[in-house]
Amino acid sequence: MTLNTAATSAIPADPGPKVRVPQKMRHLELFLLLIACGINASAVVLVQLGALGAIDTTLLYLGVTLSVLVIALHFVLRFVAREADPFILPIATLLNGLGIAMIYRIDIANQESGWESAAVRQTAWSGLAIACAIAVLLIIRNHRVLFRYTYIFGFLGVLLLLLPLVPGLGREISGARVWISMGSFATFQPGEIAKIALAVFFAGYLVRNRDSLATVGKKFLGMRFPRLRDLGPILVVWALSMSVIIFQRDLGTALLYFGLFLVMLYLATARMSWVILGVGLFLGGAVLASQTLQYVNGRFTNWLDALNPAVYEARGGSFQLVQGLFGLAKGGLLGTGWGQGRPEITPVPQSDYIIASLGEELGLAGLFAILALYLLLVARGFRIGFAGQDDFGKLLAVGLAFVIALQCFIVIGGVTRVIPLTGLTTPFLAAGGSSLIANWIIVALLLRLSDTVRNQPRLVV
Amino acid sequence: MNRELKRVSIVVMLMFIALLSSTSIVQAFEAESLNADPRNTRTLYDSYSVERGAILVDGDPIAQSVPADDNFKYLRTYANGPLYASVTGFIPINGAPTGLEFALNSELTGTSNSQFFDKISDIVTGATPKGAAVEITIDPVAQQAAWDALGDQTGSVVVTEPATGRILAMVSKPSYDPNRLTVHDNAAVTEAYDALVNDAGDPLIDRAINSLNPPGSVFKLVVTTAALESGDFTPDSTFPNLQTYIAPGTTSEIENSGGNTCGGGDTVTLATALRLSCNVPFAELGVQLGDAAILETAKKFGFNSEFQIPMDVTASIYPEGGLDDAFTAQTAFGQYEVQATPLQMAMVSGAIANKGVVMQPNVVEEILAPNLSSISAFEPQEFGRVMSAETAATLTEMMVNGVQTGAASNARIDGVNVAGKTGTAQNGSTDPYTLWFTGFAPAEDPDYAISVLVEDGGGMGQTGFGNLLAAPIAQQVLEAVLNK
Repeated sequence: MTLNTAATSAIPADPGPKVRVPQKMRHLELFLLLIACGINASAVVLVQLGALGAIDTTLLYLGVTLSVLVIALHFVLRFVAREADPFILPIATLLNGLGIAMIYRIDIANQESGWESAAVRQTAWSGLAIACAIAVLLIIRNHRVLFRYTYIFGFLGVLLLLLPLVPGLGREISGARVWISMGSFATFQPGEIAKIALAVFFAGYLVRNRDSLATVGKKFLGMRFPRLRDLGPILVVWALSMSVIIFQRDLGTALLYFGLFLVMLYLATARMSWVILGVGLFLGGAVLASQTLQYVNGRFTNWLDALNPAVYEARGGSFQLVQGLFGLAKGGLLGTGWGQGRPEITPVPQSDYIIASLGEELGLAGLFAILALYLLLVARGFRIGFAGQDDFGKLLAVGLAFVIALQCFIVIGGVTRVIPLTGLTTPFLAAGGSSLIANWIIVALLLRLSDTVRNQPRLVV
Repeated sequence: MNRELKRVSIVVMLMFIALLSSTSIVQAFEAESLNADPRNTRTLYDSYSVERGAILVDGDPIAQSVPADDNFKYLRTYANGPLYASVTGFIPINGAPTGLEFALNSELTGTSNSQFFDKISDIVTGATPKGAAVEITIDPVAQQAAWDALGDQTGSVVVTEPATGRILAMVSKPSYDPNRLTVHDNAAVTEAYDALVNDAGDPLIDRAINSLNPPGSVFKLVVTTAALESGDFTPDSTFPNLQTYIAPGTTSEIENSGGNTCGGGDTVTLATALRLSCNVPFAELGVQLGDAAILETAKKFGFNSEFQIPMDVTASIYPEGGLDDAFTAQTAFGQYEVQATPLQMAMVSGAIANKGVVMQPNVVEEILAPNLSSISAFEPQEFGRVMSAETAATLTEMMVNGVQTGAASNARIDGVNVAGKTGTAQNGSTDPYTLWFTGFAPAEDPDYAISVLVEDGGGMGQTGFGNLLAAPIAQQVLEAVLNK
């Protein structure tokens, strides 16, 4: 590790067109970061003005705490990843801050304060998450070290995923068994962390085995289909996803993992046949599940026939979905303004439905801005993929960025009826510690990857 | 790998385009219908948290929102609540609004489409959003006169301006105090509401526009119109002057009230039959005229149509689908399945007064933005012509005779020619009668059309009649407005 640090700093940057002065990159980041922190602070102030009618200084520390933490992260970058992408951190900060402001707004509506307040807890979790990100940046000085532990990450991912099923440890919340209990203090969703471990595993595994997966097989309908014996990995991941659907009753997570695997598989092998095979398998499984599993069937009914009074009134029916739509409709083009709407009418307005809450108060304009932030974040990840030199790094960067994109699509698409509603968190925005930690670790990894890509490492650790 | 990466980028792009589209659809295109959904409690709460516009009569608020020191921010209060309850309705914190509060909810809360740009400028300037005020056509003198004249009777009085369709008075009794239904206390509202629902007098029903009663003899105006318009009859057309009449195909006897012939002589003219309000000649006329002609005329007067004034008006009924002679003989004097609202009967008189043209009734004079600029103003609208001006003049003369020397004599006013027609309708064999009066004044150049409904026999069971109980009420109201 020390060798690598010495090596990177010893080697001068390429004299090609990619040359940038490190300071400039970090200065840009600091500039954007200050803007993001400014927006976050004004969001909290506006929430107070809108919902309370006065500025309550005791809760301004919500904004200050986050600002101090991200600026600390920024200074860590100045030392350990000088050429990291300057946009990723400000975007994550802004999304995290907007989320806290909205959660705080819901707290006001529910008259919660102190540790009862979800916004205070979310700020604490943000601190922990950013600390994790700093730790990742300090420990992993070159992403290729992850390549070494491919199978350990794979094992870890599966273990985390199955942890909630362990009796006595797992907890079921609103029908889904994806949580583990950590005493009375908090619950944790290990599946969120698992998605990182699995992304690392998929990248490592596919880079090692891509040749056999890509080149061997029979041609059919103009496409080369894989041999039966090469079907192993996809079947394992498929089985894993299906078991998540059946035993953990979590459609969204299953879709997320399987989608991630398929995209990475396609990138590694360039075989369209894998995608067709995979989509076929998943659709087959999903249709079968919707026929046999009550909750999956219900999700489809709620999606297709949400406004039907019978579906709306039914237990586990479309009440939440429709209330979310009412909230979004209330927001209209420009929104009601911070603190002026009634997002608390919708169930879980601070986590699964935070996007509907934001849509109500910030309007379509606000949602477009948030979607643009996500798109920009994902695009920065893809950029690393395009510019990267090593396949492992490329795959990992794109995989991590794609996870964010797919998660947004599943959650926001569910709320706005593009697809059936499934329980996933909106990255960075939604209240939830595990999700925050996972997404900030993704941020750290993308920062690390972008730094190594720009440094064009010649040493393989 | 970069070629594949490009394709995946396109997929990601498509995913985000899908999200941009879906949010646009929900928040822009479907927003209006979602906001109008009755299950949307946000819309209800919103109607409280903005300063709801006032409802004004001659510039004085009869309903207004005053700042309240609680979650609802504003309390809705009604000045002279019971007097205007039939127009204003009420807006409770835990249920749907009624009356004008319901019909103009989006204007009063400032969320109607025509107020879109005001809403944007409110957002930009940071002004507290306010709803539009609504000036109504009600004439406070007429409303008070109608309220006083109706006394303790169960029933309704409607006064309109024949030439325009403006509703000048609209009283329904028994009434209620809407202030008791707008307090910010769920339990108190529910208690007050339940008491009104269980009240035998049904005070929550707006009798002027939502209660249907057999019109009885006031419907003879419709039948006479049909007869004169057919060209086959004149006021001098004669009918056999029988004591009882048995319609073709039946055995049941039809009698005049009192059981006598209609005046003296072997024959009776149409003019006399209307003046004295005899049933037998009208039954004969109905059979000769045929069901189709009566139906057509009734529909032209507004029967079988729903109106929005902008409150929903229950459609008055003339049975469709072809009646045989036995039933037509009964509908010809407003019985069998014929039913009418007081507003509909005021429209019948109004059309005769307005030289044959039925006007759309309306209660809204002007909608005023918070800066007092006009958002929309009353414009007279024709429903259609039901008879020629000549027929209208003929009918007017017949109705004036009815008041001067006929069955509507209690509506007489010294120095003014009142045109009018009474009605005493049966509700089954033993139930109390429904009593009516409808007419207009002054007959030469009518300013006011009126209809009076007294339900429940006016407390006299089957012994009261229109001229005894309904006509004096109309006389009192007309006198008050004419002397104004």
